[in-house]
Amino acid sequence: MNEWQKLLPHDETFKCVKCGYCLPVCPTYKVLEKESASPRGRIALVKAAAEGKIDVLQHLAGPIDLCLGCRVCEVACPAEVKYGVILEGAKQAIHGAKQEKKAETPLFRWLEKLIFQWLFPYPGRLKALSGILWFYQKTGFARLVEVLGFSRFLPYHLGEFAAALPAAPFPLSFFGRKERLAPRKGKKARVAFFTGCIMDSLFFETNRKSIELLAAVGCETILPKGQTCCGALHAHAGKISQAKKLAKRNIEAFERSGADWVVTNAGGCGAMLAEYHHLLSDEPEWAKRAQAFAAKCRDLSTLLEECGPLPFKKKISCRITYQDSCHLRNVQNVISAPRKLLHSLPGAEVVELCGAGECCGSAGIYNLIQYETSMKVLDRKMEAVRETDAEILVTSNPGCLLQMRLGIRRAGLENRMKAVHLADLLHEACTGE
Amino acid sequence: MGLDPSIVKELIRITDEERVLLSLDERYTYAFDASFGTYLPDVVVFPQSATEIAEIMKLANREQIPVTPRGGGTSLSGGPLPVAGGIVLAMTRMNKLLRIDRDNLIAFVEPGITTAELQREAEKAGLFYPPDPSSSNVSTIGGNLAENSGGPHGLKYGVTKHYVIGLEVVTPQGEIIRTGGMTVKNVTGYDLTSLIVGSEGTLGIITKAVLRLIPKPPARKALMAIFDEIVDSGRAISGILKNGILPAKLEMMDQASIRAVENYQPSGLPLDAAAILLLEVDGHPAAVDEEIRKAAQICRQYAAREVRLAADEAERAELWKARKLVSPAISQVKPTKISEDATVPRSKIPEMLERLRQIREKYQLHLVVFGHAGDGNLHPNIIADSRDRDEMKRVEEAVAEIFKAAVELGGTLSGEHGIGTMKPAFMEMELGSAGLDMMRRIKQAWDPNNILNPFKIFPQPGQTRVVLTE
Repeated sequence: MNEWQKLLPHDETFKCVKCGYCLPVCPTYKVLEKESASPRGRIALVKAAAEGKIDVLQHLAGPIDLCLGCRVCEVACPAEVKYGVILEGAKQAIHGAKQEKKAETPLFRWLEKLIFQWLFPYPGRLKALSGILWFYQKTGFARLVEVLGFSRFLPYHLGEFAAALPAAPFPLSFFGRKERLAPRKGKKARVAFFTGCIMDSLFFETNRKSIELLAAVGCETILPKGQTCCGALHAHAGKISQAKKLAKRNIEAFERSGADWVVTNAGGCGAMLAEYHHLLSDEPEWAKRAQAFAAKCRDLSTLLEECGPLPFKKKISCRITYQDSCHLRNVQNVISAPRKLLHSLPGAEVVELCGAGECCGSAGIYNLIQYETSMKVLDRKMEAVRETDAEILVTSNPGCLLQMRLGIRRAGLENRMKAVHLADLLHEACTGE
Repeated sequence: MGLDPSIVKELIRITDEERVLLSLDERYTYAFDASFGTYLPDVVVFPQSATEIAEIMKLANREQIPVTPRGGGTSLSGGPLPVAGGIVLAMTRMNKLLRIDRDNLIAFVEPGITTAELQREAEKAGLFYPPDPSSSNVSTIGGNLAENSGGPHGLKYGVTKHYVIGLEVVTPQGEIIRTGGMTVKNVTGYDLTSLIVGSEGTLGIITKAVLRLIPKPPARKALMAIFDEIVDSGRAISGILKNGILPAKLEMMDQASIRAVENYQPSGLPLDAAAILLLEVDGHPAAVDEEIRKAAQICRQYAAREVRLAADEAERAELWKARKLVSPAISQVKPTKISEDATVPRSKIPEMLERLRQIREKYQLHLVVFGHAGDGNLHPNIIADSRDRDEMKRVEEAVAEIFKAAVELGGTLSGEHGIGTMKPAFMEMELGSAGLDMMRRIKQAWDPNNILNPFKIFPQPGQTRVVLTE
């Protein structure tokens, strides 16, 4: 047995009774229609690889890379198999084996290093990148690139994604943010806000609005210094030691804040934070701290719902639908709070999206790396979105939001529908902004 | 090991490249079902029509390549396991509902449609397809037909075989035949439809089915009855049926399953109770009210210590939740579940429960009983750990004794899961050698080269016991 095989969670695979209840809920099984694209199939492959019957790189990597990691299968599983643990273990083994064999192209390795080590752990660098994007969008450069058709030469379909990006915030707005915002009415809780990476650059405004919403319902909100990326991208790519480093930095930063709750407005980051105790379970000096930290993690929607009502001023006279963030729904089990908030919007007509709990195919950087499968999943999703006839499509996670914006373009619905983050819509109803 | 490249080429010519899976990882994911054992096929093919399947069968018959049809892969008896390698015919992409004919109350379906999908579509048309295996979200109609699957509704509505009136089948030699038709009454010649249903994919590959639907019952009500003695619960079952009530479902949970559920997710079940009966009646609202009242009264007569009546749909769902939690709850105890479905005549339920208790004690196993008590289809489930060889040996012996007990009490090896690879060794015990031989001769007539789903149903020379260890 080689070193990588040992990382595979062999014991956990025994819990799978192979009943197949995960098949009809799995988004990749639905579009690819074969067992290797299902949780049951992937678990069987992890088990086979752990037993040395198949090769980690040659046979396991492909099917595992095709998994979105949405974890909807965990909800459907009657045997409570921890699929997330199996997936993460498999990714770790594959990552290790790939590094050892130098199985990836130099460009891919360089890009990985750039993203995982030089970019995401540093919020400032992401803000700088967002500033470059602002310049690109505002100076007409973007238009030029589009007209000249340069974007199709970019790798990973980046041109298509760039066109779907929202307007980047004005770079100067990054400066001068207060580290504490006092509650606007009687104080109900002291909360520490997790700013995130993409959320605090490209969606900087959504963060600002989230904090203002918290203040509006009576939360004293602080932005702990020293916080960093949640590490979800790293963990999902099998880079567990990097993810652990980031987790420890966050735990330290938030412990110092002395807050009652750690609040996130990104479903994916929130799920990662809420599972730090799993990530650090094998480090005795951290396990307990991680446990305490994880127990404090809350999604923005649950706090707003609990401490509300929000001081709505403006009618949102639109038809609205909601797409769950997988990790908010399947990992954090936050299902009703965002919906209740939407229903409380004055003037709004809320319609449930058929299959709202199904992944949209965004899944971190899955849509870049597994473009074709991701688009199959997305196009299926957009059929259901079209059925709702909604004018506003609400999500609770930056990745989902970008994917929905792309989906709207692909479905040719730009003139009929826009995608927004829940906090943006709530804020609009509260301030009229 | 491995198919001749010319055969692979031929398979791709019949279908297309995308529908022929050859790599080891793809084949590994078609090497198992929900029962035991891993058997690697040489190739997995996704056919899209009866004509394609006919061509594949002609090729396989000529080259003597084993072929194993497979639906959702939820079998608990090994039906879709490619024991001899060869070709797995994955039927899941032939999954269209062709038509629901409301005038004739029938549905035309392709075999890969899931049971739940058909149920939903029938319901949209105001109709009802009663067979309800618990895997209905995953299992396919083709698999249900091949295994003649049942479910809780079996008691009142019967099982899959009662709802199929016609089939299109590809024979092992590659002929496309039609059996039965579109009418409920049909006595033209031998009833080949009935022969194919439950043949576990050994006689032919179902490519289309004509299914009977019934009007949807407008109302339903449920109750839960709690007993201090398991024998009383058994008597109550007979009491209810004797008094002219035919519940849509009548399920039981024994003490071990009650405790497992409460341990796992407290649901307000009494830990000291010996057994729980869950009962549901359906039909005309007035009849339903009357029947549920009477059923409650009968349960009390047979010493039920408490009867809980569901006042509305929400409470009804709440009552059934306890039953649904049994599987996840017991899987927390140990990971390997050996799910048996030996079935006895209703009147023998109390005796069977006693035999099961003895078996549990003799072999010192986690054996829980829950199931479709109303039709005698108890589900003794043994919870074990497949990594514990010693324990698995005891399981093998216990399972053999369960079969023996069922047959001795006038019952059968399998009520709804099928024989597959799990129970061939016990076939002669139930059928006698002449009876089993008649079945063998039927198989030989249909499939002279024995290429279609070999090593199922019939015992191999020297196969005398169930084997659960790899």
